[in-house]
Amino acid sequence: MSDDLTRPVRLRPLDLLRLGAGGLRTRPLRAFLSALGIAVGIATMVVVVGIPASGRLALDRELSALGVNLLLAQAKFDERTQRLPPVPEEADAMVARIGPVTAAAAVANTSASIRRTDAVPPERGSGITVLAARPGLMPVIGAGVASGEFLTETSSALPVVVLGDKAATLLGITDVSRQRPVVWINDRWFTVTGVLAPAPLAPEVERAALVGWQAAKTWLGFTGHPTTVYVRAAESQVEQVRKVLAATVFAERPSSVVVSRPSDALAAKRITDTAFSGLFLGLAGVALLVGGVGVANTMVVSVLERRREIGLRRALGSTRGQVRGQFLTESALLCLGGGLAGVLLGTLGTVGYALSRGWPADIPPAALGLGVGGALLIGVLAGLYPAVRASLLTPTEALATP
Amino acid sequence: MTEVLVLTDVSKVHPGGVTALDSVSLRVRRGEMLAVVGPSGSGKSTMLHVMGTLDRPSSGDVEVDGRRIADLPDRALCALRARRIGFVFQQFHLTEGVTAQENVATALLYAGLPPALRRTRALEALDRVGLGHRAHHHPHQLSGGERQRVAIARAIAGDPAIVLADEPTGALDTANGQGVVELLRDLNRDGATIAVITHDRDLAASLPRRVELRDGRIVADVRAAEQTVRLGVAR
Ligand SMILES: Nc1ncnc2c1ncn2[C@@H]1O[C@H](COP(=O)(O)OP(=O)(O)OP(=O)(O)O)[C@@H](O)[C@H]1O
Ligand SMILES: [Mg+2]
Repeated sequence: MSDDLTRPVRLRPLDLLRLGAGGLRTRPLRAFLSALGIAVGIATMVVVVGIPASGRLALDRELSALGVNLLLAQAKFDERTQRLPPVPEEADAMVARIGPVTAAAAVANTSASIRRTDAVPPERGSGITVLAARPGLMPVIGAGVASGEFLTETSSALPVVVLGDKAATLLGITDVSRQRPVVWINDRWFTVTGVLAPAPLAPEVERAALVGWQAAKTWLGFTGHPTTVYVRAAESQVEQVRKVLAATVFAERPSSVVVSRPSDALAAKRITDTAFSGLFLGLAGVALLVGGVGVANTMVVSVLERRREIGLRRALGSTRGQVRGQFLTESALLCLGGGLAGVLLGTLGTVGYALSRGWPADIPPAALGLGVGGALLIGVLAGLYPAVRASLLTPTEALATP
Repeated sequence: MTEVLVLTDVSKVHPGGVTALDSVSLRVRRGEMLAVVGPSGSGKSTMLHVMGTLDRPSSGDVEVDGRRIADLPDRALCALRARRIGFVFQQFHLTEGVTAQENVATALLYAGLPPALRRTRALEALDRVGLGHRAHHHPHQLSGGERQRVAIARAIAGDPAIVLADEPTGALDTANGQGVVELLRDLNRDGATIAVITHDRDLAASLPRRVELRDGRIVADVRAAEQTVRLGVAR
C-alpha cells in the first residue's frame, strides 16, 4: 500500500544544506580545524601546479622578447689534434649571404688572459675569456651596452676592450661613463670602453672580455679563425637556415661545426629550474589524504555524539536515506569549505611567489576546479562510512542513548 | 472508522529473550486520551514504540490510521511518523544552539512543508502551548517545564493523528509536571488523540481512560464513567 501519507518526501536541496551546515555550526572550532587539513592539502596542490606554470609563462614572454630566431654555429674542439678547427675568417660574411639570414657576426676565442692589473699574478686568473669580436655582434645576440660604447670599425684596431656584464662584475668595473679604467691582457694595458647589459641568449659573451678583431691579431697572437658565429634569420625560415649553416660556415668539414638554437637551451634550463618534481605533488597528495582522514575522524565522532539527535530525527520521520544525506552533506560542506580556502591560499601563495620573482602569475583554471572538486570528493568519501553508520542506527537504540 | 490505532495480539520479544509485550490488544479512538501505567519494566515504553512504529512487533498486528504497518517498508513508516504521529519524550530531546521555533519547525521538515510554512506552523504550535513569546529563545534559556512545552509543540505542530508521550513529566517537578498535564488535557479537549505513559497514579486516575500493564500484559483498561473492564487474572 503506497499512498500520499506513506510516501516519504524528498528533502529540498536547500534544506539538506541547512541540515548539513547545522551540525558544523554547533561545533565551529572542530569544523575549522578539520577543514584546515583539507585546505593545506589543496593549497599545496595549487602552489605545486601554479608556480611552474607561472615560471613557464614568464619564460615564454622572455623568450619571445629575446627572439627565438637566433642560431649558433660553434667550432667543435678536436680531441685528436687538441685544437679548434680552422674555420675560415670570412665565415660570418658567407653566412650573411644566405637569403633568410638577416645578420651574422663572429667571435673567436683568443686564449689570452686578462687581469685587473699587472700586479695580480697570472696563475690567479679571473675565469674570464678574451674574445675577438666583430663590431656588429650586439644586435645579433640581442644585447645592448650598459655603459660606454661597443667596438666600432675604428676602435677594433685599438687596444680597447668591452666587458660582458658578468666579466665586468668579476673585475669590479661596472661604470665607464666618467672614467675609462684599464685592464691587463696578456702583457699590455687595454682601455675599457664599454660594459654590456645582460645577454641571456649568449651567456658565453656575458663572461667575456671583447677586443677588436684587428687588435687581437696585433697584440694577442690571434690567427683569425672564428670559433662561434651568431646568426639571426627570418623566423619562418630558421629551420632551413639551420640545415645549411654548418656547410656554409666551414665548407671543407661541416661535421666539425655544431649548430644550436640558444633559446631552446635557455628554455630547457629554466624549465628544469622551475618544474617541481613528482615528489612535491606526492607530498601534496599525502597532505590531502591526512586531511581526509581528519575529516572522517571528525564525522565518526560527530555521529557518536549525536545518536540522540539521530533517534529524535528518526522519530520525527526522517528516513535512513535522509539521515545518511544529512551526514554526507555535513562532510561534503566541511571539505568544500576547506577546498575553497585551500584554493584561495594556494592562489595567494602562487601570486606572492610570482610577484617576488617578477613573473606574471598563471594558475591553470583546471587546477582550481580540480582543487574544489577533489575536496568535495574527499568529503563524500570521508563522510560515507560515518553516514552509513548513522543511518543504520534503529530509532529505539538511538533514543535510548544515555 | 474512528480507530486511530489498533493493536491486535501484539507481542514483542527483545533480543536476549525478554518478552516485553505479551499478546497485547488495544484500540484507541480518535479524540481519546489515555494513560498507560504499570510498574517499571512492565513494557510501557516498548508498547509506545510499537504504537509509534519506532519498533516492529515480534508477532501480532499494528494498524496506524488505517494502515497495517506489517505491509509497509521502513521508508513508509518514516513518512507515516512524519505526518501522523507526534512524540514527546521524558528528556525533551531539544537541539541546543537553535531557537525554540526552529526546534519545532524541524518536525515539519520530514512532512515536506516549505520553509516559510514550517516557520509559521511552528509559531502557531508554540502559541498553542503558550510559548509564542519565547519562540526565539534557545533551549538553555528555558525552564524544564518550558522545554517540555516546546517538545509538545513540536509533537503537535504537524497535526498528527495521535500524540505519544513517554513520561513527559518524569523530569519535571510537581508544579511544572502539572502544567504539562494541563496542557495535554487542553490539547485533548481541542481534539487531539493522546496516549501518556505515567508513573503518577493521581494523574492516571484523572484521565478519561487508564490502561495498566504488568509483565507485558494489559491487566486493566478502565474508562471513567463507564463500568470497569478487568482483563486477565483478578487480584
Ligand atoms: N532494547 C532492549 N533489549 C532488551 N531488553 C529490553 C530492551 N528494551 C526493553 N527491554 C526490556 O523489556 C522490558 C520492558 O521494558 P520497557 O522499557 O518497555 O519498560 P517500561 O514499562 O517502560 O519501564 P520504565 O517504567 O522503567 O520505563 C524490560 O524488562 C526491559 O529490560
Ligand atoms: Mg519506559
